[in-house]
Amino acid sequence: MVRGMDQANFGGIASAHVRRQRLGERLFGGATRVAAVLVLAILGGVTIALLKGAWPALSQFKLGFLTREVWNPVTNQFGALAAVYGTLITSFIAMLIAIPISFGIAVFLTELSPRWLKRPVGVAIELLAAVPSIIFGIWGLFVLAPILQTSVQPWLIHHFSHLPGLGALFRGPPFGIGILTAALVLAIMVLPFISSVMRDVFETVPDVLKESAYGLGATTWEVVWNVVLPYSRTGVVGGIMLGLGRALGETMAVTFVIGNAHRISSSLLAPGTTISASIANEFTEAVGDLYTSSLIALGVILFLITFAVIAAARFMLMRLDRRALSSV
Amino acid sequence: MHLTKSLIMLAAAGVLATVALAENISGAGATFPYPIYSKWADAYKRATGVGLNYQSIGSGGGIKQIEAKTVTFGASDMPLKPEQLAAAGLIQFPAIIGGAVPVVNIPGVRAGELTLDGPTIASIYLGEITQWNDPKIAKLNPRVKLPDTAIAPVYRADGSGTNFLFTNYLSKSSPEFAQKIGSSTSVQWPVGIGAKGNEGVANMAGRTEGAIGYVEFAYVLQNHMTYARLINRSGKVVSPSTATFQAAAANADWAHSDHYYLVLTDQPGAASWPITGASFILVYESPPDPAATAQALKFFSWAFKSGAGMAKSLDYVPLPASLVRQIEGTWRADIRAAGAPVWKG
Repeated sequence: MVRGMDQANFGGIASAHVRRQRLGERLFGGATRVAAVLVLAILGGVTIALLKGAWPALSQFKLGFLTREVWNPVTNQFGALAAVYGTLITSFIAMLIAIPISFGIAVFLTELSPRWLKRPVGVAIELLAAVPSIIFGIWGLFVLAPILQTSVQPWLIHHFSHLPGLGALFRGPPFGIGILTAALVLAIMVLPFISSVMRDVFETVPDVLKESAYGLGATTWEVVWNVVLPYSRTGVVGGIMLGLGRALGETMAVTFVIGNAHRISSSLLAPGTTISASIANEFTEAVGDLYTSSLIALGVILFLITFAVIAAARFMLMRLDRRALSSV
Repeated sequence: MHLTKSLIMLAAAGVLATVALAENISGAGATFPYPIYSKWADAYKRATGVGLNYQSIGSGGGIKQIEAKTVTFGASDMPLKPEQLAAAGLIQFPAIIGGAVPVVNIPGVRAGELTLDGPTIASIYLGEITQWNDPKIAKLNPRVKLPDTAIAPVYRADGSGTNFLFTNYLSKSSPEFAQKIGSSTSVQWPVGIGAKGNEGVANMAGRTEGAIGYVEFAYVLQNHMTYARLINRSGKVVSPSTATFQAAAANADWAHSDHYYLVLTDQPGAASWPITGASFILVYESPPDPAATAQALKFFSWAFKSGAGMAKSLDYVPLPASLVRQIEGTWRADIRAAGAPVWKG
């Protein structure tokens, strides 16, 4: 619109000013274009560097890399299955724990809490998000792990390990660290992200919708489940995906408490490893091209997993929006 | 104008100061000898003003960094084989000797009470022995009351020379271990939990009931850990101490070793500690920066001459004088730049 206006050239009177505006406009457009291209270039550069680094391992092991559990630096045989399994299972359990709790926090802050409590709880959640992840790792190792080792894990083993089926999840010596501990630490780390997004999005629900539901005699739970949640589902899914993305890539907190064992085991109390924990532990000391390349290949796999999660999130949001539009 | 001039002078002084400070020797590698290297570096800086910048990132990291020529010397508890040295153009020499010690956490068992041997520990780490009151362990400990607790093996998750020493000893003690797991800075363990660094293993073993782990001796003393005694090759029960490490090191025939490739585990001798090892220094035969390498060699020569007392105070074993003479001879003969030896001492 400005372009159209300065082409009109108002009879030459304001032309110097218009020229300056035009130049400024062009510079601004150029700068933003450079920034956007830069992001694409960096992404492309990172992808190419990752693929180049991972190529020796991928060409050596081919698809077997994804399906084998072995991780043997002595015989130079590597397989990503244990690390991928660990990443997926810890993130899954973390989300299983974090989503209901975040939902509860968001509902409490928007619907149920007295006004004087809203501010302190809200600030506490934000502060939890600001804690550096390595502090969570240290806390997990020195505070949470001993509690799990002495009280929680023996209780779980005593009560559940002899059950058929479910018991397999709780077998083994109580190490204190392992998949369950890592999942708990991850859950605490992603909680603030999911609950802040949920709370912000719940607050955008128009009061008139809620009040009409209350007017019809709905309980608070019915209002939340049938009015607030459907209205804000896009934001809720977005928040969950944000938390999931963080949980998948989290490195330092998990490295401290996961136990670093390249093994898949059915028990949640057993040690395992995740992709980022393996890379963090072994990259500086990986001697040999194939070892280093296998670690970079793990990075490529994590990259693809995160990409798949983001794509699934967008797809899910698209479906939700379409369903919402069609039902209106 | 006045302000600009003073700012320029300040900047120039800063640049000159950094240039003058750039006389630090740079090295990276093993965590096993880190306590003694940092003590030596402290004293050396006070004596000569030259500092040492050592990053304790693990033996594997040390080998990688020196191959990438980012440091002047690399430190590794695992000696490189002569073929590997030749391929990379490096030479290695031992700098200090120390011992790795098995530690346990069994309720009711105190430091030095439990006796183990190589084949038994190998079976534990292979997952074959799973309870502390297993008959194989009870046979070695007739007078110790062993509880019915599950064994929780702890190993080093990072690439470590202490790992190499331990797996080397177990491979020598058990052919099954040698075949299934092997010996290296990083191996695939079938059972147990991994911790990072000597500190991580000490911490994990100290907190987990029924745990067994392996740490460098200095950590055992500093953390008052429950160590186990071992039965050595001569069939005698030995406790870890500077004396038993020294007895093992005395057996080493450095003069006939190929490029100092000697692993001191499982040495003969009634008083020898089975898991003794030397920590090695790697430098280039034709160093890219001869002046920096000369500085590093000067540091080690000083440490060999004046650092023995400091080493003993941290429970390491300093190198004997004959070995030091042999090492300095190697420097004079093998490390050359522009046709002349780099070491002129």
